Amino acid sequence: MTYQPQTDFGTPASRSEDQVTLTIDGRETTVPAGTSVMRAASEQGTAIPKLCATDSLASFGSCRLCLVEIEGRRGTPASCTTPVEPGMVVHTQTPHLAKLRKGVMELYISDHPLDCLTCAANGDCELQDQAGNVGLRDVRYAADATHLGQTKDHSNPYFDFDPSKCIACSRCVRACDEVQGTLALTVQGRGFDSKISAGLSSDNFLGSECVSCGACVQACPTATLVEKSVVEIGTPERAVVTTCAYCGVGCTFRAEMRGEQLVRMVPWKDGKANRGHSCVKGRFAWGYAQHQDRILKPMIRAAASDPWREVEWEEAFAYAASELKRISAKYGKQALGGITSSRCTNEETFLVQKLIRAGFGNNNVDTCARVCHSPTGYGLKTTFGTSAGTQDFDSVEDSDVILVIGANPTDGHPVFASRMKRRLRAGAKLIVIDPRRTDLVRSPHIEAQHHLALRPGTNVAVLTAMAHTIVTEGLVDEAFVRERCDWTEFKDWADFVSLERNSPETLEPVTQVPAADLRAAARLYATGGNGAIYYGLGVTEHSQGSSTVMAIANLAMATGNIGHRGVGVNPLRGQNNVQGACDMGSFPHELPGYRHISDAATRREFEAEWGVALDPEPGLRIPNMLDAATDGVFKALYVQGEDILQSDPNTQHVAAGLAAMECVIVHDLFLNETANYAHIFLPGSTFLEKNGTFTNAERRIQMVRKVMSPLNGLEDWEVTQELARALGLDWNYTHPSEIMDEVARLTPSFSGVSFDKLDEEGSLQWPVNEAAPNGSPIMHIDGFVRGKGKFVVTDYVPTDEKTGPRFPLLLTTGRILSHYNVGAQTRRTNNVVWHEEDLLEIHPTDAENRGIKSGDWVKLASRAGETTLRATVTERVAPGVVYTTFHHPMTQANVVTTDYSDWATNCPEYKVTAVQISSSNGPTNWQEGYDQHARNARRIETAEAAE
Amino acid sequence: MSSTLDNLVRMANQIATNLKHDADPAAAMAEHIQLFWDPRMKQIIFAHDGTGLSPDAAKAIDALKASA
Repeated sequence: MTYQPQTDFGTPASRSEDQVTLTIDGRETTVPAGTSVMRAASEQGTAIPKLCATDSLASFGSCRLCLVEIEGRRGTPASCTTPVEPGMVVHTQTPHLAKLRKGVMELYISDHPLDCLTCAANGDCELQDQAGNVGLRDVRYAADATHLGQTKDHSNPYFDFDPSKCIACSRCVRACDEVQGTLALTVQGRGFDSKISAGLSSDNFLGSECVSCGACVQACPTATLVEKSVVEIGTPERAVVTTCAYCGVGCTFRAEMRGEQLVRMVPWKDGKANRGHSCVKGRFAWGYAQHQDRILKPMIRAAASDPWREVEWEEAFAYAASELKRISAKYGKQALGGITSSRCTNEETFLVQKLIRAGFGNNNVDTCARVCHSPTGYGLKTTFGTSAGTQDFDSVEDSDVILVIGANPTDGHPVFASRMKRRLRAGAKLIVIDPRRTDLVRSPHIEAQHHLALRPGTNVAVLTAMAHTIVTEGLVDEAFVRERCDWTEFKDWADFVSLERNSPETLEPVTQVPAADLRAAARLYATGGNGAIYYGLGVTEHSQGSSTVMAIANLAMATGNIGHRGVGVNPLRGQNNVQGACDMGSFPHELPGYRHISDAATRREFEAEWGVALDPEPGLRIPNMLDAATDGVFKALYVQGEDILQSDPNTQHVAAGLAAMECVIVHDLFLNETANYAHIFLPGSTFLEKNGTFTNAERRIQMVRKVMSPLNGLEDWEVTQELARALGLDWNYTHPSEIMDEVARLTPSFSGVSFDKLDEEGSLQWPVNEAAPNGSPIMHIDGFVRGKGKFVVTDYVPTDEKTGPRFPLLLTTGRILSHYNVGAQTRRTNNVVWHEEDLLEIHPTDAENRGIKSGDWVKLASRAGETTLRATVTERVAPGVVYTTFHHPMTQANVVTTDYSDWATNCPEYKVTAVQISSSNGPTNWQEGYDQHARNARRIETAEAAE
Repeated sequence: MSSTLDNLVRMANQIATNLKHDADPAAAMAEHIQLFWDPRMKQIIFAHDGTGLSPDAAKAIDALKASA
């Protein structure tokens, strides 16, 4: 089979609604006004030769290969830069054009190595294709002065740069500028001396500002920039479109394969979430799928201190079922519970919660959203009536003011950040509310109009002060509020925020945000046109996380920034399917579709479908499960695709809870940290090895397609089904599509969803129902889901976590670009070259006071515990604030975080921990003890030799 | 007090504080606990003598306990 890339139309599609009819090579064609002649020709099936043009980039007009003749015009204009006009008559192939093109190609090839047979791009090279297309048969120019034989740059772990093969088309530079927005690449020199450079001439790719998004590699028409995997394996022979398993952006990719071997992941241009772009994780960091650490055989043991024993699937299921039954009989059914995975598919998540509700007989099911976006669910359901964001990602293209609070999209949601940055470069204004000076505050051609560097834990105070400004300065969109919201509740809210105690000036000592800056930011958001709010875990992971979400919703409603493109309230979801996991009924109080378990009518529908009676009482949330475990009443836990020991707060409490259980079943790819306390290990399958769907941060349901057989023999939904069957449940799904059909039957907002419909549409944004058969890109257009929008008074309440003489600094935690969550996947890829360990960011003043220099080992201590890591001294953090990530298990940043949590949802207060930093000369007792425990817990019994 | 009870008392006080601006704070808090706390958590807080609970929290829990 020959490799078939996606069609490249040469220039981007026009969005004009006006149509233009012209004639190309004797055929009449109609396209939107503003379309280039090149694209119009391509859409009708005529491929005009090209090199510097590609449809992800604005036309450039430098290669002179796409020349055409247009009747009535002099010369031979470049088709990529010439827009269509009514009645235009174009000729793409004439003797004159053929001669010109052949001459151009001859010049290119005269300075290009003729090693096609051994070139990595053989069969996937536009230069090679165009040489064939123009009929180039020989090169007359002597190779006196060429660029051949230049040194290759192999520094990037994922792609090579061979300047000898560069044709100086600038596609890579333009991709870095236009698509990614990093502007790391440049063309150095002029004319013959032109060469592509990553930053300074002394930089290689790895040492430059390149973020390895892959846009340049994708744009390169030759083998100048090529994936190392293609160099090693060869050209792909087939492609399957699937959805990335990193982060809530939900990029779709072509998984390009040879047989069952993945060669590369190439962003799918038709993907509605990523629009053909990618980041270093989705594009390149998939090596974990074949990593030697993967566990492929089920394992069991009587005690967590024993070595693991490999068994067959049947024995593992039988043992798990017998243990669950034993514990249920001995301690009662409430002693059992489970955790669904935000990394697994909707179908798998649905089955796990069904297993717990219908099989375990209780509602003790929770998910990792407990520790990230559960306040989003609570806050947006309360104010708007739906536990989800209001917009699609495309909406940002119409935003005039973008307010980013508690989010670091260039690291956490990089592909969406690139789209946001594109809009900012085009003139939208930016407000950043964050204790740290994130990259977005100032990056190439972008500078925030306002960076409100608030003291951690004062989000509600800042947002209420913004509301005070908007209300007291008469900036409320009263017409919107009167029509769309409960006016009485608005009045109560407006009276409250107008109190002097909520003014920016009064709150300045609390927030540490200069009042004048805060007022200016509020005015800009209220009056600057379409205002869109994007937020992340810096909003939710606080003791007032839910209040902050509602305060954001209040601002959007008060200014009328809801219900159309360019505006809205947009939670940037952390994991790939955290939205879907919530949708699928992973919370202990809700059935799928966010319907409370106490609602008898809803319960009856599920009982009829599942054939069991459901418990009407809400179940335990993750922290409550751990409390109950340490109390001795919660004894068994089934954890699918989640590592609570590393990701959840107060590690020592989590460890104590897990250690107190009699049956911990971990269903995962690797022996993660939680598995160090497990009794049964069920090997999981990667997103490449299964079918299903993920739902991204914009409520977009997208297909996950199996591109290779599961290395462990079973897809995750099959594992859960076999466990259910071992427990006596009569489940007989033969394909995940049948699970989605059940979801659709039981969930009004998914009633129109099916695999067939998803295949047909590409993706669907829920609600998908009779009223919106093709989904709902933007919500609350004519009215809120709950009816009238609800204003909620959000009074600032300081956290109980206080600084003082013993713990004078505030720790806030977060993520970086190259790693994902607990790092279980990315630490098993070459992404470690960018981040080998978690580092503690500390301000120069705080560092100097403690005699700390960059690179020093320091002890990070809080009331909950202490750990050690190395310091980096930086002004990214304000004085009094320190920051670290939690991607590496031996750092264990969560040994330090506390049990404090959001008042409404128990989402942990990761973002505020009072700490002290001091010099250290070695690991803490906890780290040493845990390391020993982990080594012991990961032993696998060697099978006895056959006689 | 046990750690679990400490947590529940703290959570109850947090809920009361954050719902104090509701039209009927005690009813709102009672509803919140009814909707989000599992039966065991409710039993523990119902059995508690009220030590450490704020007046608003205690009032709401008494009301919920009476209706249970």
